[in-house]
Amino acid sequence: MCSAIRSTALVRQYGEVTAVDGVDLDVASGEIYGFLGPNGAGKSTMVRMLCTLLGPTSGSATVAGFDVVEDPASVRLRIGVALQEAALDPRQTGSELLRLQGLLYGLTRSDANRRVGELAELIDIGDALDRRISTYSGGMRRRLDLAAALVHNPQILFLDEPTTGLDPVSRAAVWEEVRRLNVDLGMTIFLTTQYLEEADVLADRVGIIDAGHLVAEGTPADLKKSIGTDVIVARLDRDASTVCSAIEQVPGVLSVEARGTELIVATSDGSATVSPVAVALSACDVTVRDLTLRTTSLDDVFLELTGNRLEQDDSQGVGS
Amino acid sequence: MTIATATLRNQVAAVEPRAAGFFADTATIAGRALRAIPRDVETVIPPIFIALFFFLVNIGTLSDLTEGQIEGFDFTAFQLPTAILLGVTGVSRAPALVLDVQNGYFDRLLLTPVRRLAILLGHMVADVTVACALIIPIVIVGFIVGVRFETGPLGILAFILLGAMWSLAFSGFGYAIALKTGNPGAVNSSFLLFFPFLFLTSSYVPREQLSGWLDTVATWNPVTYLLEGLRSLLVDGWEWGDLVKAVIAISIVGAVSMSMCFAALRGRIRRG
Repeated sequence: MCSAIRSTALVRQYGEVTAVDGVDLDVASGEIYGFLGPNGAGKSTMVRMLCTLLGPTSGSATVAGFDVVEDPASVRLRIGVALQEAALDPRQTGSELLRLQGLLYGLTRSDANRRVGELAELIDIGDALDRRISTYSGGMRRRLDLAAALVHNPQILFLDEPTTGLDPVSRAAVWEEVRRLNVDLGMTIFLTTQYLEEADVLADRVGIIDAGHLVAEGTPADLKKSIGTDVIVARLDRDASTVCSAIEQVPGVLSVEARGTELIVATSDGSATVSPVAVALSACDVTVRDLTLRTTSLDDVFLELTGNRLEQDDSQGVGS
Repeated sequence: MTIATATLRNQVAAVEPRAAGFFADTATIAGRALRAIPRDVETVIPPIFIALFFFLVNIGTLSDLTEGQIEGFDFTAFQLPTAILLGVTGVSRAPALVLDVQNGYFDRLLLTPVRRLAILLGHMVADVTVACALIIPIVIVGFIVGVRFETGPLGILAFILLGAMWSLAFSGFGYAIALKTGNPGAVNSSFLLFFPFLFLTSSYVPREQLSGWLDTVATWNPVTYLLEGLRSLLVDGWEWGDLVKAVIAISIVGAVSMSMCFAALRGRIRRG
């Protein structure tokens, strides 16, 4: 399958700060690619470069087969973009904004009007489309922003943290829409997110970015498998690093990591390993306050690769 | 939220995105800017109020004094061009452009195939339209208080056109500041540029009455020649020398402001 997005050693510096540092990407046509990382990791800078809004300091990138620096106009015709903050003009009505968007993509006035009607149905915004955007709720603005990105039927859709700040219902609606655009229309989707569940649920492949570096890439399942299929988390009454060496000796344990009083044990078979781990902890003469067995999450992958956890909000739990 | 897949496929199959072209882009952006004007009347009402206020107050207070000092002097006609420049100088969609930058809509425009220049020119087309709309009621008030055009209806047209072109030339400063700073406060402060342009010149008395440093400054101030060109349409008839000087003055200011404005646009696009 051909590449929809490809970057080679892409770098962007802001003065002394390197926001994106030599990122190589290859996103296949028709793929949903999740770009996962904490705030300030370089996700939005990467999107702005791929969307031709920002020139790279060095390196190169092609989108839909066109170089983002050499032929940005061809790139723009083929991409739709919903940036992190809904980029809307509050003084226009929703329909005026969509119609104007259509006209700028060369649609005739009648085609633009037809498209406004179709998108109104798509984003389920009802009569509000004829109201000023300043009266819209956050969820309505997001949906209108997505519709604006879809006016010209792009081949590739960039969504920069599309669900940040949305309530769970609106978030689920966006996920459903993203899946549908991908499945029904074969649209390639490049999605940045700081939400683990979002990347896990939506993305065919995930790239993990930290401090401007792409630190891992693969399917969510492969990434999780790379650190074991299950995780045992023990909260102790003391510094967990004192028991690491003892737990590493337990059969079935793949890796052990201490974070303060929390001990994170990766294993290929959690149910078989949890009892021996408990026994080993008891033998170390520590009090176990809490012992949890769960499947690995992308957060565990992120922790393994970067030494930090990604922030999660309450509604984004990965299950235990 | 979902619609039938087959329908969706048929719908999008009919969409063929392409670059609309420079003139279509400019017309689309201008259309948006013009639609916004009735929604931003607060940007239009104060200039016309200020212009009419000073026009009426000045002719009320200074007519007798000036006309008594200078034989054959028509202070009301003399003041009409000053009122026009008070009304249209600094009136532009630059504050709206700052809002676009701030709320991200400028980025949305840049993500489309729109010609970058068309974004600015579209706003400026709207500015010229607004300037004409501001000049016409001031001219009507001028007629009501007895001003007449020696050059007839064509002169009125030339008068409106010169005023609107000046407004456009000066608006470049506002757009340059808007694009350079993205700061509405800075754009509003561009109004300060207006003072030396409009008051260090022959706004209230003929140039022959100026002396010393003010005369020197007025000689170098392009607005002096613009005012003289506009006044010639009112009181002298078709004085081509004065009109050519007015056009040159507008062109010089326009060349400076537009160079700054387009450089600021390039800078903002480059900064992303």
